Amino acid sequence: MNFDFARVFQELTPLLWDGFQTTVYVSIISIVLGMMVGLLSCYFRTCRFRILRFLAASYVWVIRGTPMIVQAFFFFFGLNQVTQAMLGFQLLSRDMAGILTVTLNAGAYFTEIFRGGIAAVDKGQTEAARSLSLPQSRTMLRVVLPQALRISLPSMVNQWIISIKDTAILSAIAVGELMNRTQVYAFGTFVFFESFIFVAVWYLVLLSALMILSNRLEARMNYDKKN
Amino acid sequence: MTKKIRVTNLYKSFGELEVLRDVSLDVAEGEVVCVIGPSGGGKSTFLRCINRLETVSGGEVQVDDDIITDPKTDINKVRERIGMVFQSFNLFPHLTAKKNIMLAPVDRKKMTKAEAEEKAISLLTRVGLSDKADNYPHQLSGGQKQRVAIARALAMQPEIMLFDEPTSALDPEMVGEVLQVMHELAKEGMTMVVVTHEMGFARDVGDRVILMADGQLVEEGKPKDFFANPKELRTQEFLSTVL
Ligand SMILES: Nc1ncnc2c1ncn2[C@@H]1O[C@H](COP(=O)(O)OP(=O)(O)O)[C@@H](O)[C@H]1O
Ligand SMILES: [Mg+2]
Repeated sequence: MNFDFARVFQELTPLLWDGFQTTVYVSIISIVLGMMVGLLSCYFRTCRFRILRFLAASYVWVIRGTPMIVQAFFFFFGLNQVTQAMLGFQLLSRDMAGILTVTLNAGAYFTEIFRGGIAAVDKGQTEAARSLSLPQSRTMLRVVLPQALRISLPSMVNQWIISIKDTAILSAIAVGELMNRTQVYAFGTFVFFESFIFVAVWYLVLLSALMILSNRLEARMNYDKKN
Repeated sequence: MTKKIRVTNLYKSFGELEVLRDVSLDVAEGEVVCVIGPSGGGKSTFLRCINRLETVSGGEVQVDDDIITDPKTDINKVRERIGMVFQSFNLFPHLTAKKNIMLAPVDRKKMTKAEAEEKAISLLTRVGLSDKADNYPHQLSGGQKQRVAIARALAMQPEIMLFDEPTSALDPEMVGEVLQVMHELAKEGMTMVVVTHEMGFARDVGDRVILMADGQLVEEGKPKDFFANPKELRTQEFLSTVL
């Protein structure tokens, strides 16, 4: 067989550019929301109301214990079928279902990441802040969380990378991101080898940029390299 | 003399382990009480009960008119009047020396940012560290860290200062600079409870010395009598190991 990278490049690049934009916007929204969900659920996990602790633990349990593609299908096909039947419209667009899936996944893992970070902050920090008359919530916000986020940064970056790669799974519900665009082209033209090399390169460039950025961020947040 | 701190029949257990047994102590305004004793004797726990870092199992702690041990007491309000200094400094590593000092006064709305900054600089000058305002804790020596920690505690303008072995984590050559700051505080009339292994400080600066061992207040007295003629066998034993 003969390869035709030049032609595939020409035909596929506009599609990849289009898919890239979707990948980026779905990733950014999902990661930002996921971190907020993670913080909230992390707070629930440690708060004094048993029902909230139970809710957060169940949430993490369900997300960790089921494949992401099952969740995506459930939200897009399952939920929409119910709202269609009961309310007469589909609740979630493809993109919305996709964002919901990646958000909830990231949120579950961020919950554990933040929890670990908070637990790793020395207890003396809390005691010092409390002895200075700061209430519990202010102590958390001003003293513990800044340090916990710093400690969690490497795991957070890791989760950002995982979440971006997770968006490729959304091709299964036809969210028009990188993987989906590539599939449509490749299966339409039967040009697989070149197509998937090209899409791999796009992912590689995107994630490498993120890795470089995060290395800079980590270096900047290293206020106490010594201890 | 007005009573500043009043501890009455204090008990504290961690699960099965009884750490404090029937401890009573009054501290007068402006008095410096030094607490000495063997490790594990309950000194830290006792100190931490005074500002409710530990909840007590029995008895009462009163600071001025506030019953610390009453759950209804707004502890944050009372803590504004009680500074604490820890053995391990516990400076906030993500904040500069100046920001460490400014955090509580600003967050508690006791001062504006500008006032707190001015206060921080004057406190740093007072502990001899005006040139370290913008340094992060990891850039400071142990002695400098502890002096910043003292300045931080003073920023809330407390009436009482609690010290838990403030020099125990320091290299010997840095002990003096911290003790000197504490000595000056004492001279200015601060009410202080100091857990320490520095017998020289207890003798020279303390108005009263207390031996605490096995969760009990074994003996107390004026430093001169206490060190020259300890009455209890337990005290004699302890002093023979440290003097
Ligand atoms: N949070 C805690 N949980 C369980 N035991 C504790 C705790 N804090 C202190 N203890 C125990 O209480 C006893 C007294 O400790 P502490 O007050 O630190 O003594 P000191 O300061 O005189 O060395 C020790 O046996 C110690 O192990
Ligand atoms: Mg101790």
